[in-house]
Amino acid sequence: MYPDLDCRALVETVTDYLEGTMPARERARFEGHLLTCLGFGCANYVEQMRLTIRVTGALRGDSLPSGLREGLLVAFRGSQKP
Amino acid sequence: MLATVDAPRAGEQNLPPLAPQPTSELRLVHRLQDGDEAAFVEVVERYGAPMLRLARSYVSSRAVAEEVVQDAFLGVLTGIDRFEGRSSLKTWLFRILTNCAKTRGVREARSAPFSALGDPDGPTVDPDRFLDASHRSAGHWATPPRRFDAVPEERLLAGETRELVAKTIAALPPTQRAVIVLRDVEGWDAPGVCDLLGLSEANQRVLLHRARARVRGDLEVYLSAA
Repeated sequence: MYPDLDCRALVETVTDYLEGTMPARERARFEGHLLTCLGFGCANYVEQMRLTIRVTGALRGDSLPSGLREGLLVAFRGSQKP
Repeated sequence: MLATVDAPRAGEQNLPPLAPQPTSELRLVHRLQDGDEAAFVEVVERYGAPMLRLARSYVSSRAVAEEVVQDAFLGVLTGIDRFEGRSSLKTWLFRILTNCAKTRGVREARSAPFSALGDPDGPTVDPDRFLDASHRSAGHWATPPRRFDAVPEERLLAGETRELVAKTIAALPPTQRAVIVLRDVEGWDAPGVCDLLGLSEANQRVLLHRARARVRGDLEVYLSAA
């Protein structure tokens, strides 16, 4: 017996779904809802989540400020003095 | 003294097994222990930026985060001789980093309150987005989300969009921030994050869920504006 899985409840389980930690039966129910959800609102929500993760991953490109890099090198040289 | 790479050390049967270390990483550690400047530069290049991004999730400003990274590398320089390869170099570096960041974060906690973000157990999507109990389809979308992939790729990954995401992440509660930075920015797996931050798998997932939901919400508002 499953309680009704409505959209409001589904959005709170989306991370369990994407992380692959959802039991098989729950997963089937989740995917069933995605296919039947009126207007594909929940399918779109899941897609938004996936793209959110991708955009967040794009922050990785930021590099180390040169001032900090130089400061670290100075610290290294200081630590090597006999 | 250093053991050779391949020979198991005698008398260590009761210690945890050595983490699998790529030869290149072991060589890097040995060179660091020998005071090789190029090796130090290599470590800074490889791990400095991720360490700074994580430090940023513990302290109130970029400047303080840079100091935390400085502190951490000083810790690395004094501790490298005792590094025995029981964890990966990366794990060891990040553990030093989080220790330095926590010390600093505690010190400045009183002067730098982060914005309160509503109910920490409440729904992650505005309840007004769903039909209320008076409706036959209560709990279903009143205003369904639209696909992001209708948004051009250039806009999705544009500097301005990334800035918005960075800003949203900066305003998250600290542990949520650390989790989303490690998982979604740095690409760590869940067990690695749980280990570093001392979280249960379930707790890590809840924190990740709340953090992602907030970023998604801000992105949705931003991307649906013309």
